[in-house]
Amino acid sequence: MANRMLRTLIGASVLAAASFTQAAELPVVAITQIVEHPALDSVYEGIKDELAERGYVDGDNIRIIHESAQGNTGIAAQIARKFIGESPAVIVAIATPSAQTVAAAARNIPVVFSAVTDPVGAKLVISLDAPGANITGVSDMLPIEKHLDLLQRLVPNAKRIGTVYNPGEANAVALVGMIEESMKARDMVLVKAAATKTSEVLGASRSLVDKVDAIYLTTDNTVISAAEAVISVGERSKIPVFAADTATVSRGAVAALGFNYYNHGRQTGAMVVRIMEGAGTADMPVETMDTLDLFVNPEAAARMGMTIADDIIAEAKEVVSNAK
Amino acid sequence: MLSNIAFYGALETGLIYGLVAFGIYLSFRVLDFPDLTVDGSFPLGAAVAAMLIIAGWNPWLATGAAILAGMAAGAVTALLNVKLKILNLLASILTMIALYSINLRIMGRPNVALLMEDTVLTPWYNLGLEYHQVSVLLFTLVIGATLFLLWRFMKSEIGLAMRATGANARMARAQGIATGGMIILGVAVSNGLVGLAGALFAQSQGAADVTMGVGVIVIGLASLIGGEAVITPTSVFRALLACVVGAIIYRLAIAFALNADVLGLKAQDLNLITAVLVTLAIVLPGARVSLMNKFKRRKA
Repeated sequence: MANRMLRTLIGASVLAAASFTQAAELPVVAITQIVEHPALDSVYEGIKDELAERGYVDGDNIRIIHESAQGNTGIAAQIARKFIGESPAVIVAIATPSAQTVAAAARNIPVVFSAVTDPVGAKLVISLDAPGANITGVSDMLPIEKHLDLLQRLVPNAKRIGTVYNPGEANAVALVGMIEESMKARDMVLVKAAATKTSEVLGASRSLVDKVDAIYLTTDNTVISAAEAVISVGERSKIPVFAADTATVSRGAVAALGFNYYNHGRQTGAMVVRIMEGAGTADMPVETMDTLDLFVNPEAAARMGMTIADDIIAEAKEVVSNAK
Repeated sequence: MLSNIAFYGALETGLIYGLVAFGIYLSFRVLDFPDLTVDGSFPLGAAVAAMLIIAGWNPWLATGAAILAGMAAGAVTALLNVKLKILNLLASILTMIALYSINLRIMGRPNVALLMEDTVLTPWYNLGLEYHQVSVLLFTLVIGATLFLLWRFMKSEIGLAMRATGANARMARAQGIATGGMIILGVAVSNGLVGLAGALFAQSQGAADVTMGVGVIVIGLASLIGGEAVITPTSVFRALLACVVGAIIYRLAIAFALNADVLGLKAQDLNLITAVLVTLAIVLPGARVSLMNKFKRRKA
């Protein structure tokens, strides 16, 4: 009985492997993402919307397939193989682990990555200007210098800046290292507090009290999921909290020079369109975010014991209000 | 449905996780030691291999070092249990969480890419096989050799003593077997196998990532139990074969789930499917026996 089952199973799989190579009538855009998460999900939405706006509508003249590996690298590997087997026009890989898995398996299919902070460090491309092979994409590298400029305008005397980050998150670690570098030239010091899970974010934020003049949060997934914990510490201890993404401003951070993952997805989608229309990846430079919007939250600022200068409020694209 | 590449991909991943299933067979089945260390020793193997490859080591030597690192991690868990009398499950959880920090220390960052490095696979690409067949061929050889060695080991005097330890520790002690030493050796070998799997996975997927151990234990268990449901483990050889077959079936099931748009299944459902499969695999053999008993009783 057991042997028969085994034979049937193996037989079925071999048959399936041999005979069902799908006849793709429409060009396929295959999108893989490592985990479902609000930021990464909005990258996907952005890609889809941009494609649609440029005339590539799912089910109409292209077929979009989308899979999430639910944080499991073994499944990510199989998703990559599945996609390559479909011979898609473009594979889009959202976040570093997905991009690496696709890069390891895809030989000739163009790959566009998205939400990867350090594509050179992740060995996806040889250089940002000339990727050199079948892979390019959009990096979510933060405009750190612009963020620090803003921070210094808002809190001119800030010397010691705190940040909470997850040492297990590749993107966050890369960012923290770069921020530290940029701060040296400005005579500022970065005080780091590590949180490996969302439940540790509160404790890590508390450890910064009395040590820092302001807190600056990157796009670290773990920390942003628990941003309220940092914000509550900021309010109680009168330490202004700044964010890298605009969504956190509406949750009570003082200001952010906007990083918006939906727009990040739109930019990725635009790249996909260019490839579908014949552009090559090898000489297509890796892009970083081109639209930055200033979001401010004067009420949050007041709760953290500071005021936002009027000229900065006047510059803001959006003045968020969330009085408690 | 399944393309060739997706099929070979399922085989490749299945063969690697077959090594994990070997490890879990050794700890869970042979020694009766529920060992969660594997969630940490899988990325440990990946981390050690990745760092050494980047440092210029021969990929096979780096993989060997990954096995040793995994063995050390397993030995720590077993020592916590045997020497400090910490409950086996808790001992393994302690090692697992410690390994998270240790893996970060080893890599110096959460993700180390191997995309542009030479790996154990590199020389095999010159054989003229299709790209996606190369890893299947190499990993079949690796898992075949491992199966043979494990099989011989389990039939050796030490292997028999280890099986006796798991089956009835008190009786084994009465026979003069140092059961503590057997547990340490067994859990070490088990995690050495998992370290090997991690090292191979990192090399075939192009990166070691500190998060890659999440859920390895569940997948290993699912493979072990699924394999046992298909190949009744009446001998050590069949039990080991069941590990490989189970791991491959699990991966084929995922590959089908990824392709089963018709059924409305999506990757999001995979964790649920895994849980259902494991539950069925645990319950069904028992149900079969009790059904048969009922049938026999009615006949009698």
